[in-house]
Amino acid sequence: MDNKYQVIIGMEVHAELKTNSKMFCGCKNDPFHAEKPNIYTCPVCLGLPGALPVANKRAIEWTVKLGLALGCKINLFSKFDRKHYFYPDLPKGYQISQYDLPFCYKGKVETSLGPVGITRVHLEEDTGKLIHQKVDGRDVSLIDFNRSSVPLIEIVTEPEIYSSAQAKEYAKKLRQIIRYLDISNCDMEKGGMRLEANISLQNQKSNIKDQNDRSKIKNIELPNYKVELKNINSFRFLERGIEYEIKRQTEILEAGKTPVQETRGFNSEKGITYSQRSKESAEDYRYFPDPDLPPIRFDNKWFGEIKSSVPELIDEVFRRWEKDYKVDRKITELLFETAEESKKLDEIFSNLAKQKLDVNKFVNAVANKKITIDLFVNNAEEIISAFKKSVTVDDITDEDLKKIIIKVIGANPKATADLKAGKTQSINFLVGQVMKEAKKKIEFDRLVKLIQSLV
Amino acid sequence: MDLLGLTIKDASEKLKNGTFSCSELIKECFATIKKNDKKINAYLSLNEKEALKKAIEYDELIKSDKEIFNKKPLLGVPVALKDLYTTKDIRTTAGSKIIGDYSPPFNATVVKKLIDAGVIIIGKTNQDAWGHGSSGENTDYKPTKNPYDLSRVPGGSSSGSGAAVAYGSALIGTGTDTGSSVRLPAGYCNLVGLKPTYGRVSRYGVIAMASSFDTIGHMTKTVYDNAKVLEVTAGLDPYDGTTFPIKVGQYTKVLGQNIKGLKIGLPKEYFVQGLDNKVNNSIKDSLKVFEKLGATVKEISLPHTDYAMAAYYILVPSEVSSNLSRYDGVRYGGTRDIFGAEAKRRIMLGSYTLSSGYYDAYYLKAAKVRTLIKQDFEKVFKEVDIIIGPTSPTIPFKLGEKVDDPLKMYLSDIFLCPVNLAGIPGLNVQSGFVDELPVGMQIIGPQFSEELLYKAAYLFEQETQYYKIKPKFKNG
Repeated sequence: MDNKYQVIIGMEVHAELKTNSKMFCGCKNDPFHAEKPNIYTCPVCLGLPGALPVANKRAIEWTVKLGLALGCKINLFSKFDRKHYFYPDLPKGYQISQYDLPFCYKGKVETSLGPVGITRVHLEEDTGKLIHQKVDGRDVSLIDFNRSSVPLIEIVTEPEIYSSAQAKEYAKKLRQIIRYLDISNCDMEKGGMRLEANISLQNQKSNIKDQNDRSKIKNIELPNYKVELKNINSFRFLERGIEYEIKRQTEILEAGKTPVQETRGFNSEKGITYSQRSKESAEDYRYFPDPDLPPIRFDNKWFGEIKSSVPELIDEVFRRWEKDYKVDRKITELLFETAEESKKLDEIFSNLAKQKLDVNKFVNAVANKKITIDLFVNNAEEIISAFKKSVTVDDITDEDLKKIIIKVIGANPKATADLKAGKTQSINFLVGQVMKEAKKKIEFDRLVKLIQSLV
Repeated sequence: MDLLGLTIKDASEKLKNGTFSCSELIKECFATIKKNDKKINAYLSLNEKEALKKAIEYDELIKSDKEIFNKKPLLGVPVALKDLYTTKDIRTTAGSKIIGDYSPPFNATVVKKLIDAGVIIIGKTNQDAWGHGSSGENTDYKPTKNPYDLSRVPGGSSSGSGAAVAYGSALIGTGTDTGSSVRLPAGYCNLVGLKPTYGRVSRYGVIAMASSFDTIGHMTKTVYDNAKVLEVTAGLDPYDGTTFPIKVGQYTKVLGQNIKGLKIGLPKEYFVQGLDNKVNNSIKDSLKVFEKLGATVKEISLPHTDYAMAAYYILVPSEVSSNLSRYDGVRYGGTRDIFGAEAKRRIMLGSYTLSSGYYDAYYLKAAKVRTLIKQDFEKVFKEVDIIIGPTSPTIPFKLGEKVDDPLKMYLSDIFLCPVNLAGIPGLNVQSGFVDELPVGMQIIGPQFSEELLYKAAYLFEQETQYYKIKPKFKNG
């Protein structure tokens, strides 16, 4: 593909951790299912005078867990910093976040379009939620602090995403990994996972013939501007937003100008991006280490515990299954989400294999809903016998079946002629006859296909 | 009832043996407030109705439960709480107008502990707004006067708490000490004032000034009283991540133990020009008393003393500017233009020293100097057990004398703020009187050495008995 401009994308993803309590206080962490606004609050997450934060240990452990699953290095000495800015949904006037010593750094996520470097994974607190409404005829903004101080993990990539497709794949893969570790539900519609993309175009001196020709891309100097696309809550919108930006930025560059460095949102109805906030220079957040939170030191014991809680990496699991059972990743990934669930599948697969049953067939049967048994509630025995039952219904080869069909066609010339003439209901009769002859139940669609092919 | 001469020890005994009742005691407190507080301005809010109710309740308890004084060691003791202390449903202003009407929905941990120990809250005391000051004159309300001389300051920022105890309206005046604010008013009002080790007492619910400096201390008439209160307030708090799981000391039990062989260090950098001659002499005389008690005195050096104020006035405003960010008028309080002049000064200074491009040269540099100052003390405590020095370079100064010169005001803390930089404890005890005005002496020890400080202070106090000298409300 001949392209004058190469899109260069870096992504920032935020995911709300599903700890029981919030990041710096004991309030319930459940903003999406709260019956009323402002019921899961306390002096700490409301930023009342005198309130102090105390860090949620599990949130820290899960952050390190994710970093390890992404191949990151871990800062064994880490800290929280205060990030200052004024906004009504930020009760303390600063967000407790991490600045220069994030828990995790220098990792990698593999995609089919190339690897994406992870710059850092850090932990911070979420803000309250602003809702704009009319109350008594006036336009007001209402604030719900149920979400204030919920633990938020932030994953930042290097600017190593080179297409909208790769961005989408990366985001999907990241969600898969996070759900696999069972640390967040990543409910995108509710804002449990938020996507941001920094997009710019680099003028190519030579044409990139192959999108996978990383050697050419790697040596490129980064463009001197970037546009931030924020508040995207679906993979489709991400892809479309990036595509729109590529077009928009190309037009500006072709006109000899540089796109304005700014924050833009995506309007899904119109399919366009629009300016939200100009960003000529980085805002000064006056970061400094939060004195209320002693620094975090991971000793060998604690770090060892976290490391051993990291399950077999999901890519490894898929690789293993492909090798041992010849199952296609695209189907198996539909069957489970968490590491716990993958272990259950391991158990089922190995039992199937022991009984010399076809794992692939099993996987397809589940994916096509031919067996509807719950894989994670029932035990392996029950599941395998349900599978066996569904298979015996159809344990006749096409060859043998064709022999029977030819026999039935020969024995029923009128029905066959009717079918040829277009009387579709004759098929039912013929199907019944085949099953009678075969003395077993056979899948209807399969029979119809075979009969029609022989008629 | 002689409130001016009453101590917690006395009051507890008299309540126990029925010399007077809680109700009588509390009524007397409010009577003296009605008589004197218009001139002194120690209080911003009074808790009279609830206090009298509590007193009646406790009088019943004293009659019915013989063990009650063991369960509630401070039963019936009237306490004045600095207005930085969050008190549930009792107006809490931090000495400021911006939250002049704020009524908190919760109690600070320390307030809860004191209430559980049986105290009766008399009211919330006046202070330099947000803790910003050394005289009480930076309050957004009327400045507090020194009961020993009403034309002079009581010291700050816990100005109201100091005056409240000094004129007899309460037996405990709680405060915060970020750079001087308990020890200085204790020194100016003839009281015992403790700045505990950072992390010894929970900060939860006490409105933050500078988070890595703030300590939760208190003022009383005597050393025994002070030690008794610390037994209640000290301890690990799950709501404050900077408190330590170190056992709370038996502070009252060590009082009376001898201090033979105690090594006292005298910082040569403290006894220089700027220190009032009469104050200097008072300290030197007091040291002779310590020697009489069996201690030895030697000169030591804290070489980075000169840099302490500069480091302090970069780090503290930085943290102040951050801690005052939450006052945006959205959830409570007024708009930010209502902040007083000193608060605005510190917010501007602190925002600047944290800003990108200046952070390294100011905040980071000052933080490194802080480590050097901490190390000065650590080195010295290998040679001596405690350090003694003046609390203030001068006697209590006159109202208006320094308030127009912020830099001059800052220098009142010169002997006190290094202790906050190092996070170690400091105890003010009376060294004597000069021109009929109190002169305080500071006893400094290593982290968590409060037992030792009390031990040394107690013997000195029993020997000199300056706490018996009552205020005369001069120039009132």
